[in-house]
Amino acid sequence: MAEIEREKLLDVYTRTMKVNRTDEKFRALLMEGKVAVMYYCVRGQELVSAAAMAALNDDDYVVCTYRGQGEQTAKGIPIKKWWGECLGKETGTCKGKGGTMHITDPDTGIMVTTGVVGSGLPIANGLAMASQNNGDGKVTLVSFGDGAANIGGFHEAMNMAQLYKLPVVFLCQNNRYGEHTKFADHTDSPDISGRAAGYGMKGIKVDGNDVNAVYPAMEEAVEHARSGKGPVLVEAMCYRMMGHFFGSDFSYMPKEHLEEMAREDPLPKLRKVMLERQFTEEELDKIVADIDAEIDEAVEHALAADLPSTDEIYKDVLEEVS
Amino acid sequence: MAEITMTEALNKAIDEAMAEDDGVFCLGEDVSDKQGGGVFKVTNGLSEKYGEHRIRATPISETAIVGAAVGAALAGQRPICEIMLMNFVGVCMDQIVNHAAKLRFMSGGQTPCPMVLRTTTGVGVGFGGQHSDMLEAWFAHVAGIHVVTPSNAADARGLMRASIDANDPVIFIENILCYGLKSEDPGPGYRVPLGKAAIAKEGTDLSIITYGRTVLDALEVAGEMEKEGVSVEVVDLRTIAPYDEETVLASVNKTGRAITLHEAVKPFGTGAELAANIQEKCWDSLKGPVRRIGGTFSAVPFATHLEQAWIPTKGEIVEQIKASVGKE
Ligand SMILES: Cc1ncc(C[n+]2csc(CCOP(=O)(O)OP(=O)(O)O)c2C)c(N)n1
Ligand SMILES: [Mg+2]
Repeated sequence: MAEIEREKLLDVYTRTMKVNRTDEKFRALLMEGKVAVMYYCVRGQELVSAAAMAALNDDDYVVCTYRGQGEQTAKGIPIKKWWGECLGKETGTCKGKGGTMHITDPDTGIMVTTGVVGSGLPIANGLAMASQNNGDGKVTLVSFGDGAANIGGFHEAMNMAQLYKLPVVFLCQNNRYGEHTKFADHTDSPDISGRAAGYGMKGIKVDGNDVNAVYPAMEEAVEHARSGKGPVLVEAMCYRMMGHFFGSDFSYMPKEHLEEMAREDPLPKLRKVMLERQFTEEELDKIVADIDAEIDEAVEHALAADLPSTDEIYKDVLEEVS
Repeated sequence: MAEITMTEALNKAIDEAMAEDDGVFCLGEDVSDKQGGGVFKVTNGLSEKYGEHRIRATPISETAIVGAAVGAALAGQRPICEIMLMNFVGVCMDQIVNHAAKLRFMSGGQTPCPMVLRTTTGVGVGFGGQHSDMLEAWFAHVAGIHVVTPSNAADARGLMRASIDANDPVIFIENILCYGLKSEDPGPGYRVPLGKAAIAKEGTDLSIITYGRTVLDALEVAGEMEKEGVSVEVVDLRTIAPYDEETVLASVNKTGRAITLHEAVKPFGTGAELAANIQEKCWDSLKGPVRRIGGTFSAVPFATHLEQAWIPTKGEIVEQIKASVGKE
């Protein structure tokens, strides 16, 4: 396989660290009790989201889930607005009304963040159908978990997307668990990507902890979808290195799984690749320091921001016609 | 007697029913002990006791969960299925509304569907628009289903047993904020019949008709109003549909004033049905219009202070009571 272009690799690294530093910051704030909201950690899945977003164009569409921080920040959502929303402030992407599970920012292509497992897939088809109809050349990427592949809507959406050759990338982030249920306890399928064949769809299974595997796979999938050949189901193998949401335990994970997870951590691996490709420690650290500074500023901004006015509960229900 | 929490009460009722009848089994996401006995621990310890076949941890497949409950019920078993949070019924409404509710009727009585669908929800937890709704009116609007919700642990125990006994589908709604409530344990075998309301507090000036978590608000406000010389009766429906009309009408005939109260959005809510029926049947004893209190007609917002503004407040209940009895 051809090497990833240096510039692209740096782009993937930067996006990965953006996701990771946001996650670390969020967990620190929750731990300190500075904020008290639902947050679904993405530790362990940063690279998958970053690689996927780096393979898209800025104006492509994304549909994600409650565990969507990675897609949102890696796609380039303005982070002041992102933090504003997570903290329930007027400055948020959705005026504090959507919250951590429902981040929406059409300007950066974050079209829907759903809290309902599996519900994003049929909607992604619709976004792609619009692109197919109007010829805007956009690809829609929908991210979901391994558990979501067992929702009826998955089957309906996969079949329809392939039938119409819709420009959709179905990205299953297989982190081996759905809440407390492990993969082998929710399906007897050996994997999710293998199901694509049943729909006549292209399926790709890839190591989501290895940038040299996951980025090229995402690029191939996006290219395939954009070229009009139809949708692709990508299954990126990864780990959910924290509990289901912040504060929930993971006592149900066997010791071997925890060890395997630590061994496969995508971040040290990525750093190793970067150094092999002649990026310097200083360069890489500088990127992280810049990201941290930007995040700190965004968090301060969000903490200081006003609460939405209470009459917001009556607004945006239907279009206001005057 | 010892106290139990609502979680324990539900657990005991299910445990007891499973011990007595091999046909009772549970299915739902994360319900087995391997996953911690349910996200709210209601089925804690039961898979260890009865095995994974009777506490089936399912894939995330709501249609398949409810459909399987319907099928097993037709074959004579008594499934208790769990939809983790009430909003997810959106995924499987077909199985509930077109099948569970109607199979008895459409088969001319041949295929009753004795199943319990447990679910939980509640505003005030910061879960936002897709995890907080009270959707009881959706089910109350369909013939062929019982809709039940307890406001205290003892009732939870008794209502759960009665729901498992029932020969028709029961939607059993638990409120996330009520799991920790404690009552005296009513003990094994306790049943609260479906369709029977409770007078949670007697009063003479006004009746508040409510259910679930808002019973607590109503009781608190009723206590305060007592000091101001207004005697409020609180009717806890316990079964939302079909509800105990006799108790509701008797209460309103006695007090002459009624307020309906629920957390669910007000327009087209269960309060509208109650108010209409009261006005039809208690017209001569009414001293004023029946008033309704409910949640704001929008999605449940995320920001904490918006969420608090969204729910009916105790202040609003006091205000409505005062307006009703003519005490501004
Ligand atoms: C339809 C539906 N059922 C159940 C849930 C509750 N729930 C939230 S996340 C989750 C697990 C999802 O697992 P997976 O799809 O693997 O995604 P992950 O959380 O691992 O990213 C469940 C069961 C839900 N949100 N929606
Ligand atoms: Mg998962």
